[in-house]
This record gives sequence, C-alpha cells and structure tokens, in this order.
Amino acid sequence: MKLRRIGRVLEWAIELVIRSCGVASVVFVILILAFLLRNALPAFNSVSLGEALGGRLWRPTSNPPQFGFLPLILGSALVTVGSLLISVPIGIGAAVFLAEVAPRRVREIAKPIVELLGAVPSVVFGFVGLMLVGAWIQRASRAAGDALPGPDWLKTALNMPSSMAAITGAVLLALMTLPTIVSIAEDALDSVPERFRQGSLALGATRWQTIRGVTIPAARSGIMASVMLGVGRAVGETMTVLMVTGNAAVVPSLTTGLFRPVRTMTATIAAEMGETAHQTPHFHVLFLLGLLLFLITFCVNTTADIITHRGRHEH
Amino acid sequence: MATAPGLMVGSVDADPVSDCRCAKFETHGLTVHYGGFEALKAVDVAIGSCEVTALIGPSGCGKSTFLRCLNRMNDMIDGVRISGQVVMDGQDVYDRRVDVVELRKRVGMVFQQPNPFPMSIFDNVAYGPRLHGTRKMSDLEVIVERTLREAALWDEVKDKLRQSALALSGGQQQRLCIARVMAVQPEVILMDEPCSALDPNATFRIEELMLSLRENYTVIIVTHNMYQAARCSQKTGFFLLGELVEFGDTEQVFQAPADRRTEDYIRGRFG
Repeated sequence: MKLRRIGRVLEWAIELVIRSCGVASVVFVILILAFLLRNALPAFNSVSLGEALGGRLWRPTSNPPQFGFLPLILGSALVTVGSLLISVPIGIGAAVFLAEVAPRRVREIAKPIVELLGAVPSVVFGFVGLMLVGAWIQRASRAAGDALPGPDWLKTALNMPSSMAAITGAVLLALMTLPTIVSIAEDALDSVPERFRQGSLALGATRWQTIRGVTIPAARSGIMASVMLGVGRAVGETMTVLMVTGNAAVVPSLTTGLFRPVRTMTATIAAEMGETAHQTPHFHVLFLLGLLLFLITFCVNTTADIITHRGRHEH
Repeated sequence: MATAPGLMVGSVDADPVSDCRCAKFETHGLTVHYGGFEALKAVDVAIGSCEVTALIGPSGCGKSTFLRCLNRMNDMIDGVRISGQVVMDGQDVYDRRVDVVELRKRVGMVFQQPNPFPMSIFDNVAYGPRLHGTRKMSDLEVIVERTLREAALWDEVKDKLRQSALALSGGQQQRLCIARVMAVQPEVILMDEPCSALDPNATFRIEELMLSLRENYTVIIVTHNMYQAARCSQKTGFFLLGELVEFGDTEQVFQAPADRRTEDYIRGRFG
C-alpha cells in the first residue's frame, strides 16, 4: 500500500521533471528572442530600418556614426555562396559515392571520418586557414593570374594583396559544411528503398542512369535539407571567418570582391561587441544585426525542416 | 551464336519477332549458390515463347532464384555463384560478350512489391523509353497511352498522368509497373509473385491482363498461389528445395502429376 503510493509520487515527479525540461527549452528560445528584441529595438532611435539595410557605410565609431549593414550582409552572402559553390557539388558527389558506389567496408570507414571533420573546433579551422590555406590560395591565385590570358579585371582580381580574403573564408567554410551535407545527403540516399533501384536496373538502366534517374530524385528532399543545413552553418559561423577573411567592412566589388578582404555579420558582432559601451547606439545596432542574423538562420532552418518533413511522406 | 545478334554488345538491333514454335529459354545444369547454400540444383528446362509459364513451389524452393537468373538480376547479390547455362534464342545469357543492359531490355521484370518510382504516372511509363533513347514528347505520349491501354489502366489514369504514381492503389501501381515494362518492348516479361501484395479484386485484374499478354509476350510467373497457376498458365513447373521436380502442361501437372512430391504439394499435404 505504502510502496504503491511512493511509486505514484515518483512517477509524478519524473513526469514533472521531463515536462519542465521540455518547457524550459522553449522558454529559453523565447527569452533569447525577447532579450534580442529589447536590446535591438532602441537602435531605431539612431538609425531607420531603411538606412540600416540599405546603407553602404559601416562606420560605427566615426562622428556622426554610420550604421549601414550592406557591406556586412554582402560579406556574409559572398562568403556563404562561395563556400556552397564548393561544398554542395563535392558534398553531394561524396554522398552519392558513399551511398551508391563504395563497397560497404569503405563506407563504414569513410563516413565517420567525414563526420569527424564536423567535430573539429572552428578556431582550429581558422588557425589552419591563417597559417596555411590562406597563403596557398594567395599563391595559387597569383600564379593563375600570371598564367591565364584573361581580361585585365580578372588579372587584377587574382592578384590578391592579402591572403585574408572572402575566398579564404569560403574555402574553409566549405570544409566545415561538408560533413553536414555529406552525412545528411548520404542518409537520404541510403533510405531510398532498394525496390526503386531494382525496378530501374530491371528496365535496362545502367547503375549511373539509375542513380541519376531514380535514386537522387527519390532522395531529393533529404539532399535539399542537407544543403539548407549547410547554409545555416555557413551563415552562422563566426570564429573561422573572423580569423581569415580580413575584416574590411566594405561593400565587395563585383569583379574583385571574392579575392579581397570582407567582413561578415557574425565577425562584426564578435569583434565589436566587447569594445562597445553598453546602451549606446552602437551597442543597440549590433543587437539589431544579431536579430537579423537570427531571423536569417531561423528561416533557413525552418525551410530545411519543412523540406525534410514533406519528404517523409514520399515513400 | 550468330542467331541472336541483338544481345551482343554494339551490334545492330535484330528484328525481335519471336518464333512461337521454339523454346525461348533453355537452361542446362543451371546451379546457383548463395555463399555455401545451394539455392538451385542443376535445373534443365525449356520454356516456350508466347505462352504463360507458371513456377510454383513452397517458399525458399528456388523458383524466384531461377526467375532472376533469366535477366541476370542475381548478379548483384553478394556471394552469388552461378554455373550452368541459360540460353535465350540460342545465345548464352551468361556469355561474357552479352550486354546485361540489352538483355534486361529484352527480358522485363515485375516485382512482388509494386515499385513505381516516386514521380508522375507519365514519367514512370516514359522512364524506360527515355533511357533507351526516345526523347520526343509526341513519341513518348504515344508509347505511354498505348502501354497504359495494354495494361488496362488508361481509363483510370488518363486524367491524372501528371500526378504522383504513389497516390495510386496497390493494384493500379502493379498494372503501372507492368505498363512500364511493356514500354521498353521486351520479348519476355518475368513476374515475381506479382499479386501477393494485392487484394482479390486487384489480383483478378492482373490475371486477366496476363492472359492477354500471352499473345505478344513470353510470360514467366512465379506464384505460390496454385489456383493462379492453374487459371493463367499453359505450362507449370514445380520446384522443391532447389530442384525442378516436374515441368509440363499445366493441365497434366495439376490433373495427373508424374511425381509423388508434386502430387503431395498440389493436394495440400505440405507447403
């Protein structure tokens, strides 16, 4: 009798603990958003939304200060898009190889290794970029500029004045987003039912025709989700880009921008927040920038979520 | 070997008109091992063209293994060893010069579980022709309509060709898969228990379809439903433990089986 009552109390207590864990995680997100909003909204006393989003100059400490987000937004966009141009084709190619071509033994070894790449701390990537990759890219790009009979603007662009540039950040970010893309895209390909492949092969398709015609389309939603999550990681990454992109808050030029220093939204917040007096316009504007970043990654992740969810009903 | 140039790599397509008097397939001592397990034991049989041949037997007796040797779908299984000969129109299917892609074009296959691709009904049927070089939309439309009519599915789907094939019922999906096979104009259609995932009504539709297919195709069907074999086939083979115990006219096999084991199986004493 007594034992049963203790059991019931215990049951109730455990349920309470689990429930409060669940509620707490939601509450934390809401609190973070509230904190962001509270500190970001006063920024509109010193800058309008149009001025912030459309302003071409980021001079937070000049007098009067100028808070144009455009160089930072474009810096983030340039580095992110650049990294995706590298990581998406390589990542999907690697996923197809692991899921469809590689012998099981190779897959069992290679996939954990690729995933391990995602566990490397971003400061290590930044360090490697600073010491090695940046210099390689600068040397390679200069050599390419000398060797190629390109137009003048291309030669100018390739003649990198510094190893710290958007392209250095893009290459390193590509390495960092690769594990996400490979791992999730491989899972998606692997979960395509065997009967689709058999059906295609039995119609006289080759292995490659089967991969292209049936397996990849069937795994499309998972592959898209992997790319979206890669985008999310690239946009939000801070330490590596802060270390290797050169931190010049200028609107990147259409022709040479990729090979010149840029500065991303994340790097700006990380670099300036510590040296800004609280409750100043600069302080609030940095929070506004953070809010914008939050909204971007929120949209990206939600899109990925919707895509995966839709894909779940497909087979 | 010159009798079947269509199977050879890089050769010009031969006219695939089948000669209805001779055997389509002959196997000589066909033996299959999966690792150490002998799934098929020295099967010798001749399967005629333009008729329906049913292969019956209890689960694991080797009838599906035999079927999958005919279009070399066993090749992909790890640890499989195949010896003996499978001769199609005078050409050994396992000859090194045979192009597997070309073979599978001539020998289509319908699976136990309906497996339409996750794409539209139209794209499912057009998949094979597109693979083999038909690109023009008007040509594809003709092929899709013709094969869907042959598969007795056209009236049910003609207004929703652009919709996903996965929204169809199981029976419709299986008829779609049959249409998809017919769209590459095979000479032989292999069916691996095509009705075992379907309800009786859908099964009836597929059986009707098989009877009409007989006129243009050689059909070989694996089934564990003896009544289905008796209803739809002209020839029946009975497999037991990897051995082809008996092969003959369906009527004879069911009315007066020559082997005691066949009789026991058909009378329902085991299996």
